[in-house]
Order: sequence, then C-alpha cells, then structure tokens
Amino acid sequence: MKRTVPLIICSLTGFILIISWFLPAAESWGEKVTHWFDIVAAFAFVLGGANLLKIHLQKISNRRIGWGYSAVTLTAFLVTLLAGLFKINVNPSMNYPAYSWSGNYLDEGGLLWWIYEYLFVPLSATLFAMLAFYITSAAFRAFRAKNIEASILLFTAFLILLGRTYAGSLITSGLPDSLAFLRFENLTIIIMSVFNLAGSRAITIGIALGVVTTSLKLLLAVDRSYLGSD
Amino acid sequence: MFEKLNSLESRWIFLMTFLAVGIPILLQKSLPEKPTPMVMDVFNLVEDLPSGSLILCSFDFDPASAGELQPMAAAFVRHCALKKHKIVFMTLWPVGPPMIQNNINILKKEFPDYQYGEDYVNLGYRTGGEGVIKLITTSLDKMYSEDVNGTSLKKLSLTKDLKHIQGIDLLVNISAGTPGVIEWVQYASTPFNIKTVVGCTGVTAPKNYTYIPKQLAGMLGAIKGAAEYEKASIIQYPQLAENPQAQEGLRRMAPQLVAHLLLIFLIILGNVLHFVGRRKGLSS
Repeated sequence: MKRTVPLIICSLTGFILIISWFLPAAESWGEKVTHWFDIVAAFAFVLGGANLLKIHLQKISNRRIGWGYSAVTLTAFLVTLLAGLFKINVNPSMNYPAYSWSGNYLDEGGLLWWIYEYLFVPLSATLFAMLAFYITSAAFRAFRAKNIEASILLFTAFLILLGRTYAGSLITSGLPDSLAFLRFENLTIIIMSVFNLAGSRAITIGIALGVVTTSLKLLLAVDRSYLGSD
Repeated sequence: MFEKLNSLESRWIFLMTFLAVGIPILLQKSLPEKPTPMVMDVFNLVEDLPSGSLILCSFDFDPASAGELQPMAAAFVRHCALKKHKIVFMTLWPVGPPMIQNNINILKKEFPDYQYGEDYVNLGYRTGGEGVIKLITTSLDKMYSEDVNGTSLKKLSLTKDLKHIQGIDLLVNISAGTPGVIEWVQYASTPFNIKTVVGCTGVTAPKNYTYIPKQLAGMLGAIKGAAEYEKASIIQYPQLAENPQAQEGLRRMAPQLVAHLLLIFLIILGNVLHFVGRRKGLSS
C-alpha cells in the first residue's frame, strides 16, 4: 500500500498531463492536475521547515561538532518565521483598515521587511560577491594551458573577457570595416551564437531525450527509486 | 622572484580584486557603451509595441543576483513606463516580491501618473514554479484570484478581463535560475506563441542562446546587457541621461572592465609561471 498508492498517483497524474496536452477535450483534466501540483508544492515548504528543525535539533541535542551553527540557524529560522506569520509591526491594509492583520507580510516597516532588507539582502549579496575573489584566485592557480583543449578554452576565455568590456572595443576599434568581424565584441557574438549555440543545443536535445526516457520509466513504474528503499 | 610569485598567497590576490572592483566603484566613472544587435532587438520589440500594450514581467531572481539583474529590470520597467505600456508583475521565487517592489518604487517615484490597478498590477508570488506558469496560461484566476494587496483581480481595471496570459503582448522574464527562462519557454512561450524576451545572469546566458530566435525574441545577458539597454534607452529618450538611477548598469561596467583585465593579467602570469616552472623542472 505504502508503495502502490504513490505509484498509482504518479502514473495517473503523468498520463493525464500527457493526454491533456494532445486531446483538447481533456485540457481541463490537465488544469486540475496542475492545480493539485501547485497545492502540493506549497506543502513542500512545511516539510522543508520540519526537516530543517529535525536535523538541527538532533545536532544540538547530540552536541555534535558545529552545533553552535545549528543553534544560530534555528534561531534565525524561527525569528523570521514568527515575524512573517504574525506580521509583526505590519500596518493594516488600506482596503481593510479595521483588521490589524490585513497588511502584506512584507510591507515596509514590518519586522520581516526589516530582517529582509537589513540582514538577508546584504548577506546574500556579500556571499555572491565573494565568488569574484575565488574566481580571481582560481584564474591564477588553475587556468593553465596544459594541452590543446585547455589552450583553446583559455583563448576563448580571453576573447570573451575582453569582448564583454569596453577594453575589447577600444583595442580593435582601428580595424577597417572589411575586418569588422575580427573586433572583440563581434568575435564574442560569433563564439556565443555559433560555437556555444551548437554545443548548447546538442546538450539540450540530449537532455530532452533523457528526460523522455526517464519520465516514461517513472510513469510505467519501471523506475521506483524515488520511493526510497523501505 | 619566480619562487615569490609562484607561492603568491591568496590574500594578495584578494586585495588586488578588492582594489580592482572598489576603486572604479568609488570613482563612479561610466564607459561609452554601444548597444549590440541582440540588445537592440529586445529594445525595438518593446519600443515598437503600440502604447498601452500589456506586458507581463516575471522577476524570478533574489538579492544575491540583484546586483546583476536589478539594473536590467529597472531599465525594462522605465522603458515600458515611457511607452505607457501596461505592466503585470509576478514572481516564481519566494524572495522575489521585494524585487518587484523595488521596481514599483521606481514607477511611483519617476512616473507619478502611473496608477496602480489601471497601469500596473502586482500579482506577487505563488508557489509551484512551472505549475504556476502552466496554470496561468489557461486560467489566471485559478492561481491568482487577487493581487498582492488582497484586492480581487476582477475589481482592477487592468486585470478584470484578463482570463489567461495567452493574450499578452509581451512576456519579460528576468531570471537568475530555476524556475526561470527555461520554464517560461517550455510552458508559455513555445506552446502558446507568446512573444518573450529575457534578461539573465552571465552564467545562465550561454544556455539560453539555445532558444533564440524562435522561442525567445531576444536576451539581455548579465550587467553588460543591462548597460547596453540603458544606453539604447538614453539614445531614444535623452531625458534619461539626467537620471543617475537610470544608469546603474553603465556605472557597473567600469568595475567589470578592471576586474576582467585583472583576471586576464593573472591568467597570463599563472601560465608564464607554469611554463617557466616546467622548463626549470626539465633542465634540472
């Protein structure tokens, strides 16, 4: 039962979506199933939250290495969750001024907005910006012309790096119009829209064929690995 | 000298990166940009739509990628407002609503005549990713019965007759990943022939070229795409040249230039050291 019911739901849902795509009469079935999907997707947030609590509470209670970080994670999670759920410091909506909870949870001035604006935004931006430092360090240490393939990659990287900035345009601006295709900015376009395009399309078509095969295996219950081992 | 450079500690490289990005930011210099044909395709598409066209803007990005994508989103929104297009905002990312709000604040500040409900509507976030796209292509009210303020879409003049998004004039998707460009292409643009343009981060741009020109009418890639779009906007609407906020992307090209030059220098230096080291190893 534990395995059969999910298998039936998966197969039924998948086949309904396929049929609804090809048969106009069955279009509304596809809509209904998609609606279910969106509702179930909302539950994933609850499951994710519960899983986060479980893992970090276990880590704290067992005093495993790094349990302090788990405590910080849980505190941040709970404070943010409560700030959003209870709309702390959020003003009522203009449409329903009599109802104190009618305001938007992310309205300016609310606690959640404050956490988002002054903690989440700068922390996210900082983490992402740190990539630049690691990329530069990696460029110095790892990007070597060790063989022909690596040399081609290196040469292409030079062209793209220069072509995506004003320096590229400036260096090759003296080229006559008959040789305009050799300007860095044009070479960049050629690399992206010819070589990259051909490679990307080949990969995309390959992935699509793989997705069709895998989906059929799932729908026909040949592949049951997503149900877990027990 | 060789030994010193070969064992150069990361902290010095980090310092160089910091200076390469930090100094141009502080100097606030912008460089002359020339819009490339791809950016002009996107710009002309928005420009050539008749005033009052309905545009759906899905801003599927977060604060981490806002540095790259917010100037792009702002340039689109300004252009749409200058052309007096009607805009419906939405997002497929949980942290996307403030990204929409940032752009609505631009409308409120720079285009005070733009009225909420009449000229633009904010649908906000719904969970489900591609499921949301799939549903709103056939039935908007099944996913969005009300806007972000809790007002029924039937009470807003812009959305009261909007049954689904098949009838929109243009779909603009600014995306930093999944769900984003690929999902919009698979479930909206391709099956329903919805004209679509996208803006994306530098790392996702190569993959998105796959869909141009049939499924996507054009794409803005990374901050350079944003800078070129801003430049195209300034050429068409010279009043934007007096608005420093409308040149965020252009200003960010100078730090990018110096950072790219530093990268090239370090790659060359690394390779010179590699070959010198190999020769030394061979000779010894």
